[in-house]
Order: sequence, then structure tokens, then C-alpha cells
Amino acid sequence: MNFMEVLRTAVFALRGNWMRSALTSLGVIIGIAAVIVMVSVGQGTQAEIDKLVSGLGSNRLDISGGSGVGGGGVRLAAGSRYTLSVDDADAIRKEIPEVQYVAASLRGGTQVVYAENNWSTQWQGVQADWFDINEWVIANGQPFDARDYTGAAKSVILGDTVAQQLFGDQDPVGQTVRLGRVPFTVVATLKPKGQGGFGQDQDDLVVVPLETARRRLSGATALPPGAVQQISLGVGRAEDLTYAQGEVEALLRQRHRIQPGDDDDFTVRNIAEIVATRTQTTRLMSLLLGAVAGISLIVGGIGIMNIMLVSVTERIREIGLRMAVGAGPGDIRKQFLAEAMLISLIGGVIGIALGIVGALLVGKFGALPVALNGKVVGLAAGFSIATGLFFGYYPARKASQLDPIEALRQQ
Amino acid sequence: MEAPAPRVAVIQTQDLRRVYSAGTEAEVVALHGVDLRIERGEFVAIMGPSGSGKSTLMNLIGCLDTPTSGTYRCDGVDISTLDAEERADLRLDKIGFVFQGFNLLSRMSALENVAMPMGYANVARDERVRRAQAALDAVGLTSRAQHRPSELSGGQQQRVAIARALINRPPILLADEPTGALDSRTGEEILSLFKQLRDEDHTVVLITHDAEVAAHADRIYEMRDGELHAATAPMQAPRA
Repeated sequence: MNFMEVLRTAVFALRGNWMRSALTSLGVIIGIAAVIVMVSVGQGTQAEIDKLVSGLGSNRLDISGGSGVGGGGVRLAAGSRYTLSVDDADAIRKEIPEVQYVAASLRGGTQVVYAENNWSTQWQGVQADWFDINEWVIANGQPFDARDYTGAAKSVILGDTVAQQLFGDQDPVGQTVRLGRVPFTVVATLKPKGQGGFGQDQDDLVVVPLETARRRLSGATALPPGAVQQISLGVGRAEDLTYAQGEVEALLRQRHRIQPGDDDDFTVRNIAEIVATRTQTTRLMSLLLGAVAGISLIVGGIGIMNIMLVSVTERIREIGLRMAVGAGPGDIRKQFLAEAMLISLIGGVIGIALGIVGALLVGKFGALPVALNGKVVGLAAGFSIATGLFFGYYPARKASQLDPIEALRQQ
Repeated sequence: MEAPAPRVAVIQTQDLRRVYSAGTEAEVVALHGVDLRIERGEFVAIMGPSGSGKSTLMNLIGCLDTPTSGTYRCDGVDISTLDAEERADLRLDKIGFVFQGFNLLSRMSALENVAMPMGYANVARDERVRRAQAALDAVGLTSRAQHRPSELSGGQQQRVAIARALINRPPILLADEPTGALDSRTGEEILSLFKQLRDEDHTVVLITHDAEVAAHADRIYEMRDGELHAATAPMQAPRA
């Protein structure tokens, strides 16, 4: 029996029981649509993570001041005590060659005023390497020079959002703005980075030299001399990251005179580790979503197998007759396999259409990121074919192995 | 048609034996060494009560089963060495079946039922429709081609079944109680159709328990306890 003939016979058989065929297909439709939606959500989340990774830079370590124990034994968050100093940063720079960039920093919030415009934003008081570590690029103007850093110059670099809010289309470079009550000269603006991995606006900031921040902006807060909130490190080669982290921890414990067994008064965060953990979590989530979708596809497949087995039993005389007039076991197997494949293929096509619509809807109205691509659709198509083959094979084989004499004797 | 030349045997069995559940306590010897020779253009009846082994013999002649021992040559082909797939091919070429219950597929029209076996012979579709229509014409059902089996009388259904059995032009027509479900007048019509086919050089083998039906054949055999005996006189029939 040639292919077209097998197909025609299968279509005929399915039409004869179209309600049953449609319901059986529904199992596959749901399964395939679920696979597409779930995998799209998984991939969307993964893409989000990838964006986060590229935004943070993966070769960096961040040291923040120690978590402390305040009055009444309340544990305070990391960075709540000023245990780090500029000297710590200098020591790391000097003694750990794997560390390529070192930048101590302070930060806080302030009001930025230009003419009648004002804008509430974050300031960062930084050392020179801070721009490299955070991959900031000057859009317009000049970066701070050495004298800005050493002389605590009242120079400021504006993030894109701040520049837009205060100056609009005007060029801010050379203008004077006030941070709180202190006038600063704008020396440059930063190239925009856009939204960060956690959804925040990364461009909503102003940057000043570290010493300027200490003297002019930290203001009322009485800081210990040389204290900083954070030291950011850029490690030259990614494979040195863990080693460098160990060295940095050892060096700081020594400098802070922390006895073996005592808690550190600082915290080193390895962004790569955080990202890796998060990636792993996402991967696990994708896997779980995929598994749920896969299970619904298996349930659909079992539906096909069930109906095909019923069909074989119901049509046992037809099978016997077809065998008697000259259909071989191969012909019978092909016929039933074609019916199962047709159910799952029709289900697959409708399921793919429904899945694409579903994924687009989730992307539009749901809170989840969605990445739909041809690979997902191809995968779903492959699954639907595999489902028909896998779950159709056993009933088809059973039909083909019937003894025509027995089959014809059935009522 | 009356050529006296040596005729070819289309069915030839030698010491054909069939044992069910061999080697167990339930062992049944259904056929004890059957020798049968039927030539092209013969109309032969095989009679016997149920349990006599006639169904077993029919299944063997129809290539649905293989013998335990002995040989069966179906139009010259020894079937004992064939697997299920090869036997199916042989049935396609050599055997047309007619059953007591017609066994038409209820969702198909008469024409589609008749055309169905040609699908397995890879006959082109338009050729199939043409041949199926011609076959229905030959059994006098020209106007019934598009009717479903449920819209046909028993006699008409059996004619459709005969047209189907002959559609791949097999040398052997094997009819198992073909008149069993029909009234006697319709049965007579079917039997005269068989005679007509015999005259057209088909070989017709009729399996029946009814002596009156068997009497229409040229030669009659009787199965008794797995053994085949030539019935002496065809017209010994009504012995009720």
C-alpha cells in the first residue's frame, strides 16, 4: 500500500469517529501548547539572566563593610558599619597582583538642582577604576583627572537620566549644578546603560570623586577617617576570581586583626557566584516547567494509545477481513500507525498555533518574560511526531500480529 | 473452454495434517493426512458437520494458516515456507474469500468495498474505480455502487462480497457457507453465479454443511473426523 493510500484510509477511519479523534487530539494540543508556552517562559527568564550577567560584569568582587551587632543584639546588614577604609583598597592594590582594578566608594542620596529643575538621585563617590569595573563610558566631556581625585574638586559626572531631567536637549558639560547646597561643575555625562537586570534605572546617578564625596556630601555623618562603604575589585582573568577572593579575605582579616574563628567584619560578594546560583535556579525552573509540559504531553500520548487500543479491538473483524483479502501485517501496522500519527500531527499543528498565541499572551499580559523562537516550535513539532510514533506503535503492532482466523471469528 | 489438455492443479495437498496445541493434553488433530487436488475451472464442494475439520481445511486452502506437516501447493506455490507477510501477498494474488456474514465494511459504499483489496495490490486509484464499477456491473449491481451495505439486501451484499473477492482476479474463489445467511431463493441465485464463474474458468471451492447447497457443485467431498472422503453420488442429498 503506498503512502497516499495509507493516509487516505487513515483520514477515512478518523472521520468515521471524528468526535473521538478530536478529543484524543485535544490531549496532544494541550501538551504541545504547554511545551511551547513553558519552554518560552524558561528561555525568556534565561535571557533575562544573561542580560543581568552582561550588565554586571562577571570578573568582579564587591567588598562591603561588616555586618554589625547593634544595641540590644540586633544584627545589622552588611555595610552598616564603616569597617573598610581607603587604606584597605590601597593594600589590595599593592599586594594582590591578580586584582587589576580597585575602587573604593561611598554613596548616598541627594537632590540635584539646575536652574529651576531639580531631581532626586543617588550619588557615588568613587576612585578612578570604578568606571572600568562598572563598564561606564563617558558620552560627552572629560573624565576626572588626577587632581580632581586628590584635590577633592567639586566636579560631577551626570548619568544620562539625570542629564535628561535637568538639561533636556541642552549640553550639560561646563554647567554648574547644585548637589544639596554645594555647587559642582559638570565635567562629563555617561553613556546610557538602560534598565538593569533587576529592573532599576541604572542611569539615574551622579558620580563625584571619593574625597569630594567624603568632604562635601557625606556631610553630617561623622565618618571615621578614610572610611569607605564599598571596595569594588576587577580581576584580570575570570579563572583567578576564586583565588583572588581568598587572598582578599585573608589580607583583610590580617589587616583588621580578626582572630581565627571570629566573624569577618566585611563581606566579599562574588557577582559571578550570585549569577551562577541564579542561573542554576532558572535552569531548574525551566526544567520543571518543561517536565510539567512533558507530562501533559505524555498524558496526551497515553490518550492516543488508549483510543488506538480500543479502535483495534472494535475493528478486529475489519482487520481480519483486510488480512484475508491480502493485507499483510506491515499494511495493518502502517494503517494504525498512520491513524495515531495523524491524530498527534493534527494535535501538534493546532497545539503549536495555540502555544504561540499563548506565549505571546503571557509575554504581553503576564509578569513573566517570554522568548519565543523557531527552535521551540521545531522542538514541539518533533515532540508531536514522536508522541504519535511512540504511543501509536504498540497498538499498531498488536493489530498487525492478530491471527486473521481469530479476528474473523470475532463478533 | 472444453480443452481436453492436461489441466493445472490450482489446489494440491499431500498428506496435509494440522494439529492444534501439539504436545499438550489439549492436543487436537484437526486434519489427518488430507490429499486433495482441484483443477482450474472446477466447482468443488467440501461438506461436513461442525468439528469435522472443514474450517481447518478451508483456512489452510485460503493460506490463512500453515499445515503442521504435509504440503500444500497453492497455484504451484508451496506455502509451508512462507511467513505471514508472504502468505498475505499470496492471498492477494490467488484467493478470493466469500463469507457467510458478507463482511463488508459498513462505513464504505459498495464501490469502495469492492475496490478495497486493490489498495493492497497498488492499483492506481482511477483504475481501481473503473475496475470496481465493472465488477459490480458483472454481478448485476450497476445502480447500487454508491449504496452503503446497510442499504442493500442480503443477496445484494453477498454479490458485492463476490465482486470484491474477484477484484484482484485470483484463480481461486473460496466460499464459506455463502448462502447460510440468505433465503433459499437468493441462495440459488448466488449458487448460479458461482456456476457462471466456474464457466469463466474460475475455480470455486464451496464449504458448507448443507447437502442441498453442496449438490450444486461438480464434485463433493465430505470431511469426517479430520479425514476427507469423496462423496459417492452428488444427488444423495436430501436425507433429513
